Amino acid sequence: MTMTRRHTLLLGAALSMSLIATACGSSTGGDSGAATTKPAGTQANAATDVDAALNAGGTITVWAWEPTLKQVVADFQAKYPKVKVNLVNAGTGNDQYTALQNAIKAGSGVPDVAQIEYYALPQFALSKSVTDLTAYGADKLDGTFTPGPWNSVRSGSAIYGLPMDSGPMALFYNKEVFDKYKIAVPATWEDYIAAAKKLHAADPKAYITNDTGDAGFTTSMIWQAGGKPYQVDGTNVTINFADPGTQRFTAAWQQLVSGKLVAPISSWSDAWYKGLGDGSIATLVIGAWMPANLEGGVKAGSGKWQVAPMPQWEAGGKATAENGGSSLAVPELGANKALAYAFIKYADVEQGVQTRMDGGAFPATTAELNSPAFKDKPFPYFGGQKVNQVLAESAGEVVPGWSYLPYQVYANSIFNDTVGKAYVSGTTLQDGLKAWQDASVKYGQEQGFSVQ
Amino acid sequence: MTTAQASPPGLRAAPRTRRSWTGWRFVGPFMAVFAVVFLAPIAYSIYLSLFRTKLIGGTTFVGADNYLKVLSDAQFWSAFGRVALFLVVQVPIMLFLALLLALAIDSGRLYGTSFFRISVFLPYAVPAVVATLMWGFMYGTRFGLIGNLDDLFGITLPDPLSPSLILTSIGNIVTWEFVGYNMLILYSALRVVNLSLYEAAEIDGASQLRIIWAIKLPALRGALLIATIFSIIGSFQLFNEPSILKSLAPNAITTYFTPNIYAYSLSFAGQQFDYSATVAIVMGVITMIIAYVVQLRGMRKGAGA
Repeated sequence: MTMTRRHTLLLGAALSMSLIATACGSSTGGDSGAATTKPAGTQANAATDVDAALNAGGTITVWAWEPTLKQVVADFQAKYPKVKVNLVNAGTGNDQYTALQNAIKAGSGVPDVAQIEYYALPQFALSKSVTDLTAYGADKLDGTFTPGPWNSVRSGSAIYGLPMDSGPMALFYNKEVFDKYKIAVPATWEDYIAAAKKLHAADPKAYITNDTGDAGFTTSMIWQAGGKPYQVDGTNVTINFADPGTQRFTAAWQQLVSGKLVAPISSWSDAWYKGLGDGSIATLVIGAWMPANLEGGVKAGSGKWQVAPMPQWEAGGKATAENGGSSLAVPELGANKALAYAFIKYADVEQGVQTRMDGGAFPATTAELNSPAFKDKPFPYFGGQKVNQVLAESAGEVVPGWSYLPYQVYANSIFNDTVGKAYVSGTTLQDGLKAWQDASVKYGQEQGFSVQ
Repeated sequence: MTTAQASPPGLRAAPRTRRSWTGWRFVGPFMAVFAVVFLAPIAYSIYLSLFRTKLIGGTTFVGADNYLKVLSDAQFWSAFGRVALFLVVQVPIMLFLALLLALAIDSGRLYGTSFFRISVFLPYAVPAVVATLMWGFMYGTRFGLIGNLDDLFGITLPDPLSPSLILTSIGNIVTWEFVGYNMLILYSALRVVNLSLYEAAEIDGASQLRIIWAIKLPALRGALLIATIFSIIGSFQLFNEPSILKSLAPNAITTYFTPNIYAYSLSFAGQQFDYSATVAIVMGVITMIIAYVVQLRGMRKGAGA
């Protein structure tokens, strides 16, 4: 008898332990879409609502990991003494989205403002988890932001966030390494592959770049190559990684992967920062938000790095893509939406923009991008180079017409299950992308999209 | 229960009522907490598993559909196969090592027994997350211990974080973490053996091996059974180690590497809470069955001996 009781308990423990992972994921089955939006009739009053909210004051919570917002919050509170802003770092990227989705599902603890990257915003917009800001006058901001980020926050006539920064891509390279081995800065991807071979032959410990399979990087590269694997029209989604743009990318990049010419180091790891400092990772093709990260994370690289335009698929071409970048959005369940809007407008359109640029951020606003003060600012880290000239130019050359999946956060999470195989086995990138496509189609269909 | 049935009918009513109420008062506080933190989440997960929520179309009742889907889900079974393989390879190695260590300490022939005991046990006190990070650094082929060895001897050791070796590497971490814990369970079982048995054996002229075989191992049977069941549950629950190593080996550890990681990815990356709950329940039931079978076998052998 005692044995029976004991093993029942053990088994009970076994069962319940395996449930913990899921049980804490969802405390109510409630439908977040049930929350009401502001009726259209009150739109005219919305702008005055925002002013009234600022005068009345109150407390808002902001979830963001972007470092320059700290100063923005301090300035905002100084300007509007009745307003108290709690800036919370709830994790970077996916970690924060997980927390946010859980809070939304639970219906409590939802912040008033959340930082959401462009690729993730459609997922939140689709589930009506974030507020359409046209009710607060966001539609009047047309033309304020560069086209890439502005298109990323809109869906039809709705605006789900204000662009905070942008990530037009450029080639960051370690000039010291390039000079040492007398390698010319690559202008085309063909040059880039040649440079990769030359560098690795000259120093077997040095690589042109690192890559262990990164969904954000791969999609941005396909974007630049003219590929449009995702076509989204409401809930009708088409996924096709067999298009010519994608093939152009895979044909080139496969040479680097097969030839073991890319360092098997994951971005943002300790080894990565070390490699960027000691010259064993010689270039990064990455978004314009990178300078602040290099300055902060790779002190050993000071004076060695330079910025050049993104390598091109055709000699003399001018095509770039966006890589990363975030918006500030107002969750539908936030308690003080008018005040939240006042804050994101301050941070993304008004004085906050300058504050954030002073902190090293790359803006998404046209006026600031074109200002001489911005373009002509020398960067001591980059040996005095006026880095923003290259980056601002890239912002204007982003290939139009790209869109992400309305469930890109999930798709990116399974990238390494599928495309990742190309980095550790005989699978090709093209086959890996096909597997990714199939898995994404399957998920989309399960979620009720019409996917082809 | 058995006594109640055996007692004469006339005496049954009074003791029965008194017993049930007094008992409940004692277990009441426990049952309240148990119901809230144990039973309620399980009931809620079972409830969830009967629905399917879509991004487009909302929530619908699907009955047993989710369960049927799990049973034919190749990713779930590959995750299950992986932890099953882990179980049949890693657990015997770990328990054998723990047994050797426990016997060695109990033999009384070691110098510095208490130091030895604490140093074998110490890894268990290191949180799994920290242990995995530490091993992860050592496994690094570029800046880690493996990388240093390669440089020092001019060789190329196999990469412990490659897809073919990753499960072995995780097994190594888990063994390192839990050998001391299991050793302690076995050692404490050895400590309660009546010393007169050893004296009698010595008088009979038994060798140490004979003493181990005839006295110590039979005495350890119960403890070994418990250690085995804990290890089975632990293997099926494998999560921390692969989850942390994933950042170092993103292409070797998939989002369905173990059943728990699969359930985690489904709910936190895929928003499929319902299906994730189903995976967890199915895995819980499988764990129950296997633990039950092992326990039944262990008991039968115990009765036979």
